[in-house]
This record gives sequence, structure tokens and C-alpha cells, in this order.
Amino acid sequence: MANSTTEKAKLETSEPVSMMSVVAPALGWLIPGAGHIIQRRWIRGALLFVSIAALFLLGLAMQGRIYKANGGDILDMLGFVGDLGAGAFYIVTLTMDWGQGAIAFATADYGTKFMIVAGLLNFIAVADAYHIAIGKKQ
Amino acid sequence: MTITLSHFSAALVFATFASIVFGITHRDTTREMVRYGLYCFAMFLGGVIVAGWAMWLLRR
Repeated sequence: MANSTTEKAKLETSEPVSMMSVVAPALGWLIPGAGHIIQRRWIRGALLFVSIAALFLLGLAMQGRIYKANGGDILDMLGFVGDLGAGAFYIVTLTMDWGQGAIAFATADYGTKFMIVAGLLNFIAVADAYHIAIGKKQ
Repeated sequence: MTITLSHFSAALVFATFASIVFGITHRDTTREMVRYGLYCFAMFLGGVIVAGWAMWLLRR
């Protein structure tokens, strides 16, 4: 009896795994803001997309460097993790062989940081989309 | 295409977009989002100005 009550309580308190709680974060990672848009948070999604895309593209235009998967320096690995957060932007940049970085430009290092921060901000947006999907946030 | 931003304009752009994302993701209601976004923006820019003056004083 006690066991069945405990199990029932566990079931009631556990978060429901819905299709949306998987799709929204995945789509939100691939296209920044899309995780919010498919949950009908139009303005939030659009603002997230514009902010993250602008940071990433400005970083690229400032001749920032994109990090590739590596097993070397710890900062390089962290840079890769940050860049990876930008989803499709990172994939396209890598595929097109953009983001090689140019030492000649003094602001190129800012560009590199802009792209990393864009990816990290998208990770936060993905977590937010997940929280909306599970009903933790409106 | 190459864009060259000054140090301050780069900080301004960074503060604007990071504040928008922080505002949306860290608060629940629209009003709180706007308030928190503005707070983050002010803190980012305030930090830049304070750090700038601190470096100016250290250099003297």
C-alpha cells in the first residue's frame, strides 16, 4: 500500500515528457528562437533570433575566428562548445569555411568572442524553450 | 564584408543583444522581462564606463 502511494506520488510529481519538450529545444538549438516560435511565443522567438543571429553575424563580419572540434588547449575546446551553441549558423560557417580569423584586424578578437557568446546565449534560449514546453514557465 | 567597430560600439552592441536574451530568458512576465533587460543593459554599460575610468586612473 505504502509502495503504491509512493509510486503514485512520484508519477504525479515527475515532469511529463511530451513531444514538445524534445522538439522545442532541438529546434531552438538549430535555429535560435525557433523553440519559442513553435510554442507560439512569436515576439520572444523573433527577438531571440535577431539578437543571437546579429551577434553571430557581426562576429563573422568582424573577421572573428570559428573554433573546430579539437582536443588541444582547454580554451580552444571551450571556444568550440560556445560556437557549437549557435546551431545552424555554426554548421553553415564551418561548411562554407568562413570564420578563419584575420590577425590584421584589431577587432577580430572581439568578433571571435561575439560568436562564442551568441552560441552560449542560444544555450540559455534552448533551456528557456524547454522550461516553457514542460510548463515551468509561461 | 568586413565591419570594424570601435571598442565602445562593440561593447554597446554586445550589451544590447545580451540584455535582450537575458531579459527574455530570466524573467516570467513581459513587464519583468523589459525591466530586467534594461537593468542588464545599464549594468553592462555602467561596468564598461567604470572599468574605463579605473584603467585611466591606474595609468596616471
